[in-house]
Amino acid sequence: MAYLDHAATTPMLPEAIEAMTAQLAVTGNASSLHAAGRRARRTVEESRETLADALGARPSEVVFTSGGTEADNLAVKGLYWARRDADPRRTRVLASPVEHHAVLDAVDWLAEHEGANVEYLPVDRHGRVHPDVLREAILRDPADVALVTVMWANNEIGTIMPVRELADVAREFDVPMHADAVQAFGQLEVDFARSGLAAMTVSGHKIGGPIGIGALLLGREYAPVPVLHGGGQERHVRSGTLDVPAIASFALAGRLAADGHEEFARGIGGLRDELVAAVRAAVPDAVLGGDPAPGGRLPANAHFTFPGCEGDSLLLLLDAQGIECSTGSACTAGIAQPSHVLLATGATPDLARGTLRFSLGHTSTRQDIDEVARAIGPAVERARTAGLS
Amino acid sequence: MTETPQRPLRVLAAMSGGVDSAVAAARAAEAGHDVTGVHLALSANPQSFRTGARGCCTIEDSRDARRAADVIGIPFYVWDLAERFREDVVDDFIAEYEAGRTPNPCLRCNEKIKFAALLDKALALGFDAVCTGHYATVVRGEDGSRELHRASDMAKDQSYVLGVLDEKQLAHAMFPLGDTLTTKDEIRAEAERRGLAVAKKPDSHDICFIADGDTQGFLASRLGTAEGDIVDESGTKVGTHEGAFGFTIGQRKGLRIGHPAPDGKPRYVLDISPVNNTVTVGPAESLDVTALTAIKPRWCGTAPAGPGSYTAQLRAHGGETEVTAELVDGTLHVTFTEPVRGVAPGQAVVLYDGTRVVGSATIATTVRRTEAGATAG
Repeated sequence: MAYLDHAATTPMLPEAIEAMTAQLAVTGNASSLHAAGRRARRTVEESRETLADALGARPSEVVFTSGGTEADNLAVKGLYWARRDADPRRTRVLASPVEHHAVLDAVDWLAEHEGANVEYLPVDRHGRVHPDVLREAILRDPADVALVTVMWANNEIGTIMPVRELADVAREFDVPMHADAVQAFGQLEVDFARSGLAAMTVSGHKIGGPIGIGALLLGREYAPVPVLHGGGQERHVRSGTLDVPAIASFALAGRLAADGHEEFARGIGGLRDELVAAVRAAVPDAVLGGDPAPGGRLPANAHFTFPGCEGDSLLLLLDAQGIECSTGSACTAGIAQPSHVLLATGATPDLARGTLRFSLGHTSTRQDIDEVARAIGPAVERARTAGLS
Repeated sequence: MTETPQRPLRVLAAMSGGVDSAVAAARAAEAGHDVTGVHLALSANPQSFRTGARGCCTIEDSRDARRAADVIGIPFYVWDLAERFREDVVDDFIAEYEAGRTPNPCLRCNEKIKFAALLDKALALGFDAVCTGHYATVVRGEDGSRELHRASDMAKDQSYVLGVLDEKQLAHAMFPLGDTLTTKDEIRAEAERRGLAVAKKPDSHDICFIADGDTQGFLASRLGTAEGDIVDESGTKVGTHEGAFGFTIGQRKGLRIGHPAPDGKPRYVLDISPVNNTVTVGPAESLDVTALTAIKPRWCGTAPAGPGSYTAQLRAHGGETEVTAELVDGTLHVTFTEPVRGVAPGQAVVLYDGTRVVGSATIATTVRRTEAGATAG
């Protein structure tokens, strides 16, 4: 067995499991005024402080959500509504075309239902948005930009965006910028204050915490219009009873992710490089997706296009041998669609269907790499026979 | 009996999301085969996967199939064969109706999709067989050849829609339900016993890509409407229609002829002429057919050399009838021992020798008892 789909979800850290299970036995609604409530609130606030510290933010800038998707929706829709409410001219949304669907579909929804004028910022062949491109886009009319959203690092091809430079450009025009940092957290240095971002999404289960918890890091001066209305928790921005066990576990995983990212990048990055070399040796015409420079991509990501193959066929053949990876393009119904990320980088639709994403994580071993090295050549050969049906 | 394997096979189970294919996949897995489930996305509109429109290939069916695969404990994938399906089945279906014939899309799908596009891909990926929930039996002859036979339970037999499979296709086909001497209720009970949630799911429509079952409406939306005459056998106009393509030989309902026939008997569609957009109607006895010719024959094994006596089935749920048949220059000539009624060009004639499927061909022309010559369909 080789689990190489950590970008989808990574096993929980033992410490995080312990922190969560300990809290599951404790009663208390963090909004209650009595002792049980106070105890729960204390756990939440300590966790908030821990996570804020891990991410270079103030505790009040941490808004807990149910995960990355909710945080992305809150940032994109909430900031759009707030900015447009303040000035009706602000209807332009500048987004990268390689965003996760949680951002992409939220942005498209704004275009369809809220009169947003969405502009996708061109990316280079590695899938990167350049600060000059953003500047040019804003300069077309700085007064009508509602927000900018560009992910910190791409979930499919692993390309790291120049987030700080992009945020500098946005701030120059007083435009809030959001970044989805779900994949970056734990693999790169992610410092909210230094990034200059207005809002930033992180998620629990990509860093060894539980599924179902995430956070929007939100600068104190921003008050997005809520997506969820209710009890007024989390700065009145995100109502709902706080999930104390998940929050405690997430915060601990976040602390470990921030402390360990350099070691992770060295160790796992080294394994990733071996994986890339092994795949290239077995399939010489495999094309590495994203930025080939190790510093330009997530250390745990290896993305390939195999010309003449359907990614789905490869997935099936590898799955049958116990190797678990992904085509990189998520779809609810499970139908293979050409990856929008690959298409944005200029790949042809046929090429964009023949992709595989291997993503490593804290449980990855050399044995996993060896299994891929053995299996990938014959699998590609067989998938080519099956062709692009 | 379904063939008992000497060794476990790598089997690709086509899972529609219905109860039959789920039980078939479960039986194949239980027999020790290495089974992988696959749901074919055949919808012309991939968006229906998001909007959840009803029909055979909706997201709901795909989920039902996946849920069943999870319970059986086999890997599951969705394969998008929509383009092939549209070209080989849906477009063919429309073109056949447009030409005044009555196609059977299930046969076409088995011939071109399940046991061609899907089977080819399965074989290329290292699978040995494709498994479906059809009720039919594959028997291995002593020389290793394959024969397709009717299901043990004649009432559920689906060998008619598999009559287009040749021996190579049969060699890689697996029908675990073929030897089931049980009612549909018992198949549902088996599904229930196996923990398959599709046990209570209603049966699907006959034509999966016409979700509401309204074939006429489907054709009208594709072919438009064109008013034409309904005439009787003497050529006298008795009514109008909105497109000759909407009719099937032998059809009685939906003719909307205001006044009754002079003899007061019901009138049936006798002939459809797309060229002048005319539908001919007449009494039931005028539907009696004594012989037919059929084209594009496909044989489950070797083609019969000379004339022979067979039983024939002329439509999906039709009965058997005694015939003699002979292949002449690639065209199958079939003569009925007793006249049969309502033979529609475009449908398949499937020939049987006892329970064994000999082959099939697409009906091209018929000879009416009331006429001397052949009537072009």
